[in-house]
Amino acid sequence: MPNNKIFPVLEMKNICKGFAKPSGEALPVLSDISLTLQKGEILGLLGRSGSGKSTFLRITAGLISASSGEVRYCGKLLNGPEEGISVVFQTFALFPWLTVYENVQLGLDSLHLGTSEVHERVMSAIDLIGLDGFQSAYPRELSGGMRQRVGLARALVIHPTLLLMDEPFSALDVLTAEILRSDLMDLWTGHQLPPMSVLLVTHNIEEAVLMCDRIIILSSNPGRITAEIPVRLPHPRSRMDTRFQDVVDEIYSILTSRTTELIHAQIQTHGERVEPLPGVSTNLIEGFVETLANSPYNGKAELSELANELTLEIDDLFPIAETLYILKFADLREGEIKLTENGLLFAKGGTEERKKLFKYHLLEYLPLASHIKHVLDEREDHRAPRIRFQSELEDYMTQGRAERTLNAVIAWARYAELFSYDDNSRTFSIIPVSAHKA
Amino acid sequence: MQKGGLRYLRTLSWWDLLAILLILAIVIVFGSTAHQMTAPFAISEQPRISLSPWALPAYTLRTTIRMLIGLAASLLFTLIYATLAAKNRRAELLLLPILDVLQSVPVLGYLSFTTILFISLFPYTWLGPELAAIFAIFTAQAWNMTFSFYQALKTIPDDLDEASRCFRLTAWQRFWRLEVPFALPGLVWNMMMSMAGGWFFVVAAEAITVGRLRIILPGVGSYLAQAIATRDIPAVGWSILAMAMAIILCDQLLFRPLVAWADNFRFEQAPVGATPKSWVIDLFRKARFIHLTVKPVRQGLQWIIRSRFSLSSARNQTAVTGALKRRVTGFAWVMLLISALLYTGWKFFVFSQPELTLSDLGIVLENGGITLLRVIVLISLATLVWVPVGIIVGLRPRLSQQIQPVAQFLAAFPANLFFPIAVFFIVRFHLTPSIWLSPLMILGTQWYILFNVIAGASAFPGDLREAGAMLRVRGWNWWRKIMIPAVLPYYITGAITASGGAWNASIVSEIVNWGPTTLNGSGLGAYIAQMTIAGDYPRIALGIAVMSSFVITMNHLFWRPLYAFAARRTRLG
Repeated sequence: MPNNKIFPVLEMKNICKGFAKPSGEALPVLSDISLTLQKGEILGLLGRSGSGKSTFLRITAGLISASSGEVRYCGKLLNGPEEGISVVFQTFALFPWLTVYENVQLGLDSLHLGTSEVHERVMSAIDLIGLDGFQSAYPRELSGGMRQRVGLARALVIHPTLLLMDEPFSALDVLTAEILRSDLMDLWTGHQLPPMSVLLVTHNIEEAVLMCDRIIILSSNPGRITAEIPVRLPHPRSRMDTRFQDVVDEIYSILTSRTTELIHAQIQTHGERVEPLPGVSTNLIEGFVETLANSPYNGKAELSELANELTLEIDDLFPIAETLYILKFADLREGEIKLTENGLLFAKGGTEERKKLFKYHLLEYLPLASHIKHVLDEREDHRAPRIRFQSELEDYMTQGRAERTLNAVIAWARYAELFSYDDNSRTFSIIPVSAHKA
Repeated sequence: MQKGGLRYLRTLSWWDLLAILLILAIVIVFGSTAHQMTAPFAISEQPRISLSPWALPAYTLRTTIRMLIGLAASLLFTLIYATLAAKNRRAELLLLPILDVLQSVPVLGYLSFTTILFISLFPYTWLGPELAAIFAIFTAQAWNMTFSFYQALKTIPDDLDEASRCFRLTAWQRFWRLEVPFALPGLVWNMMMSMAGGWFFVVAAEAITVGRLRIILPGVGSYLAQAIATRDIPAVGWSILAMAMAIILCDQLLFRPLVAWADNFRFEQAPVGATPKSWVIDLFRKARFIHLTVKPVRQGLQWIIRSRFSLSSARNQTAVTGALKRRVTGFAWVMLLISALLYTGWKFFVFSQPELTLSDLGIVLENGGITLLRVIVLISLATLVWVPVGIIVGLRPRLSQQIQPVAQFLAAFPANLFFPIAVFFIVRFHLTPSIWLSPLMILGTQWYILFNVIAGASAFPGDLREAGAMLRVRGWNWWRKIMIPAVLPYYITGAITASGGAWNASIVSEIVNWGPTTLNGSGLGAYIAQMTIAGDYPRIALGIAVMSSFVITMNHLFWRPLYAFAARRTRLG
């Protein structure tokens, strides 16, 4: 690339992306995202699932195109995968029928290189990433950590200008992820990697703070940039560092305030009963509320603390917190969660009381639940097909999200014994009270 | 429009109807022209088939070579047809229903038309009849392989797809490095199934009579035909022996190594217990000299696979086409297809008009009803016998390891070799042909039920079995609540193959000869066979069309919904 001295490595302007709904209308996934990635920088893109961060990464890679806006790579408009951009995949994306050597070599197949140079570059990438001696192994013989090392070597062998990492460590266990992360950062800070810029997509707050020079936080549905936080800590960074914890807490508080804002905004723009619901099992709700009600929290806790204590990632933690918030069992504010009065009652109650309380809250605070109940009550046979509610929801959200939302309501309603659902006939029904009690 | 498979299932019935018209029209138009062209032509010198057992190895070899050429042709067809169908949405709209129809047309039904076609294409040489026989084998082998490859192309994992696009592999590189390897295990399995089906038809295709035309190709099939004509029971025995040897050799020398090799391309990354082994592969791995000689070939292949071979500097761009434009061209394409189908349908009507009357349709439907009844009764009987046996065998790992290869061998064995023996007894004891010929239909295909059920039962999770034992579920409840639902999807897979095979087999099993004696069990298969001997093309076509419709209807209204139901019920989460 002759121009990469003058232009930033990556320049995204007003990127929007929508996927078509059945009706043909576009449903926004990403909305108006602009950012610039400078040479030699590690930029983190942090967001919950549904924030479109993977979609964003795929646009950057040229794998899919944006609905509008422009992507410039080293000053040139990007249309399609480009030489010098490589991707590390969450699922490794190794070809099971190729050996480690052949998998790494695959990256060079599109470049016109001599046989000896190919061999040299493959071997040096394998050396660098600590895969010595594994050249002839097949991916299925390797552990998860070693597999992702192959993914890294394959991405680095082309000497990329831009390295895109899509939640590269999230499919690994905590310990392995930690080792891979620190190995990579050692190579980075020791200048052993070819000169490049990195875009890291992650939902792991600590990972972002450990690795990135700058973190961009995306909100969900549709994905939008909510905040940009520079991280000016020297490498190697330590979790024990108070400055490190400050950054983490700041991010939690941004995420919680965005979550509550979003819920209110959705209710205001669409009227009622249309918010997508997270599929959180009632077991998790019960467990979480109990933990929160007992000491040392006594009904109130910092989310970052809870996340550490319960080893929950934000994609697990926030849906629970959000559910409790929607159902008014808890309040969310500035990175803190606090049980409401009924939340505390729920924690103390036995099974029957909990179910009763849950039922009351569903009817009172979840418009979709009361809507379904209402329709079933109105009908003579107390039955209604799933498709009726599904298509209602699809006016406001994607098919998949509508399905998940409906499944969440079904699971909660079953727990609360509000109404029942038969998956074979795909119908909702309500059992008259007298028959049910008998 | 829904996604991939679902949409295909929903719109199929409508397309089927049109596609069946298209194919039959083409076949008939070609066949009839060919028929006229062959009039002055006759193969006067047929080779004499020797009934000496010493002549058999050479005959068997010729039969096997036909099989392998057919298999190679099927493979080539698969790679091209399935790729077209999977990559081009418009082509898919046409190619998939056509494939579904092609699959339901009885294999021997093609034969009556294609024999004459090929002979007229290559007059005065044996190439014509040879190609006709090979084509019959091809029609028995190609369709399921094509479906399997198409399915694989449609289910390429997203991450590998993205990785190959990221590394900017060309279509050529992608085909050989991603698509073919991913499809390979399924493809090899289907090749094995195809080969098993192929033996049956190669035997039937070697000695055929279409109207005035009588073709005898040297091979096991014609040896058997000769043995039947002269009522030579020992010769029948020899042909059975020769065929058994051929099947075993093909399995050991070709398919075992293929399966063991294809195992490297399994997509599941977790190591599994038993990996398939082959002594042939082990032998070649150890043979260092062969290694050295093969090395340049291997490197050459590697080079070809890794070369880019892209004509344009075609980069897989992320295409952006307007939704409106896509809709307009899509609509135009569908209109074009429909008008083409209407035209050929009309042609078919005109062609058949003077010869066929409504009463012909009545006769064919009645015969179809008889064969349908046979298929239903036989599949039910086979189910009652083989499902319990399969479950009992499948739950005993040692036993199933021994029985499974036998069942697969039996499925591969061309059952028509046993027909003369059965017929001999029917003639001897003066049994009613319409009842006692029926079991022949399912003689070869019942084994598909057995080995699929064995596979299902041996895949049954140990914990569920133990849970059943701890809860003391016994007797009828054990069958009804535990085992039968567990093997249901496997059973259905086997039963679809078995019933399709039974329809196919009806053409040779509902009417059989033993020397000068002819036993006619009546039914649609017998009807088609008789019309073939008489060379009555419009009626052959009518018979085939009705049989295809029966098969398609049964698949779509019965088997597929049943499979969907079973698959949904046995899935957890």
